[in-house]
Amino acid sequence: MAKKLLHPIDSAEYSAENGLLDRRLFLRGSALLGSMMGYGVAQEVAAEPLVVQPWMQHPGPFPRPYDAPSRFESEVIRRGEPSSNKIPELGTVRTPIHQLTGTMTPNGLHYVRVHTGVPDIDPAQHRLLIHGMVKRPLVFDVESLSRYPIESRIHFLECGGNSELIYDEHPAQVGVQRLHGQVSCAEWGGVPLSILMDEAGVDPRGKWIIAEGADACGLTRSIPMEKIMKDAMIALYQNGERLRPSNGYPMRLFLPGYEGNMNIKHVRRIKVIDSPHQSRDETMRYSMMRTGGISTQFNCVMEAKSVITQPAPELKMKGPGLYQISGLAWSGYGHVRRVDISADGGKTWAQADLQQPVRDLALTRFRLPWHWDGRPALLQSRVTDNTGYVQPTRADMIARRGIWANYHGNCITTWAIDANGEVKHVYA
Amino acid sequence: MFMRNLSILALSFAFVTAAYALEAPHLGRPATPDDIKAYELDAMPDGRFLPEGHGTAKEGEAIFVEKCQSCHGEKGVKGIALALVGGQGTIGKNEIKPLRTVGSYWPYAPSIFSYIRRAMPYYESKSLSTDEIYALTAYLLALNKLIGEQDEMNAKTLGQVKMPWRDHFRPFKRGD
Repeated sequence: MAKKLLHPIDSAEYSAENGLLDRRLFLRGSALLGSMMGYGVAQEVAAEPLVVQPWMQHPGPFPRPYDAPSRFESEVIRRGEPSSNKIPELGTVRTPIHQLTGTMTPNGLHYVRVHTGVPDIDPAQHRLLIHGMVKRPLVFDVESLSRYPIESRIHFLECGGNSELIYDEHPAQVGVQRLHGQVSCAEWGGVPLSILMDEAGVDPRGKWIIAEGADACGLTRSIPMEKIMKDAMIALYQNGERLRPSNGYPMRLFLPGYEGNMNIKHVRRIKVIDSPHQSRDETMRYSMMRTGGISTQFNCVMEAKSVITQPAPELKMKGPGLYQISGLAWSGYGHVRRVDISADGGKTWAQADLQQPVRDLALTRFRLPWHWDGRPALLQSRVTDNTGYVQPTRADMIARRGIWANYHGNCITTWAIDANGEVKHVYA
Repeated sequence: MFMRNLSILALSFAFVTAAYALEAPHLGRPATPDDIKAYELDAMPDGRFLPEGHGTAKEGEAIFVEKCQSCHGEKGVKGIALALVGGQGTIGKNEIKPLRTVGSYWPYAPSIFSYIRRAMPYYESKSLSTDEIYALTAYLLALNKLIGEQDEMNAKTLGQVKMPWRDHFRPFKRGD
């Protein structure tokens, strides 16, 4: 391999097979950084003389009241589709995780799953009813909730159906946005639900709640009271501004680390009950149909998971050289302890650098320098969380669940890179 | 000195916590029985909270043809929306694609009632009368041969319908 190098690299700087380098190379400000390659589909531009451009001479317009991305970034968008072309209100749009960096998802790019479209809710008419096994049933509006003490916390949100294609018998030939793009991360601001529950006075026999949305399907889920009193929030804000309509305006239930579907958008009612409601979305849907005839339900917590977002099938390699492998890792049970990367299909592993700070129940960005020598490679990432849980291989996950479990697919993903630099989803 | 500072800190923290509890905002207004009646749409899996009312499959058929069939297809077998009938024996086998329907998968009959009540018909939810919902629920159960054509579904009988896949559900545990 060494004879193919374009730049001399000390053999001690390799940390695993197939060109994975030491994560600390970046930190040392190595001269290698000057030759990093970018991913993309565009051809390299030939050297051209510098010229004075029109925007260097003429003033532009006054800034817009609410800014939007550059018109040259028009391809950085949520992509998705209705689940049926006859029912356009039911479907998903996914975050372009291959086009973002860091850990935060801009509000306009946060993933969304809708069952009856995006409701157009007048906040002045929206009410939240808390009732059931409580001493004092209460009604709140947006204005009254806004006067409560507000907390802001950075958390990921992931759909229970994210990565459902990873269960397919054959590897789906799609990009990382389609495969894993139902995960996002934002700073959620709102009122701790425990304050409102204490004001209502919960009956000690009330071990669960029903949360119901104000959308046309009245999406309804049961949630353990323990979670409600621990860290649940009625979120009013997303990254500092009011929630976007597709993410629950004017208020949503937020349950850190829990399955996206349980974080009821447009929440209009919380009913305290003694046992689960067994709603459609915790029985018929969002339950895992497992081989052997058992269905598991209340798959509340999103398990530890990682995925390489650069490179990805959408991003072609631009010739041999130095690249930065980058991706996202998270765990609904705590935080990311380490991420390892393999370039040889899981035989040897190199530890990736984690962007600091690493937060509980939030997306963590990992990065590792890689010298790609132009030969085929199999890239994988594997997260270990602070509970010691290690992300499983696909074979392990399928052996436990079967191929129809559909939800909570959290196994290792493999990107195969061929000699032309094309990136493809494979099973390995 | 350090300990003294620490105890002062602890004391002030205790004071702040106590003062905060006393000053909890209490900005919710009391909910009236009418408020709850207007919003409450759910029934428990054993039938608790089911409203008064009744319906049979025969009554449900006419409502289904008028309001549901355009999406769910004739007798709920095949349409642009999910199938409501069939699929028994297809769940839990690697070699067969599972078909989840009212008959093959839903574990509790009152959940069907609650779902129709808050979410259906898709383009005009929360518009059916209680009797219409009982009748539609009865029709779907009868199409799946889980009750007879003449069986009346009401607040007492619906929770007693035995659903085939009920005993196959269990809560998820980490590592599953």
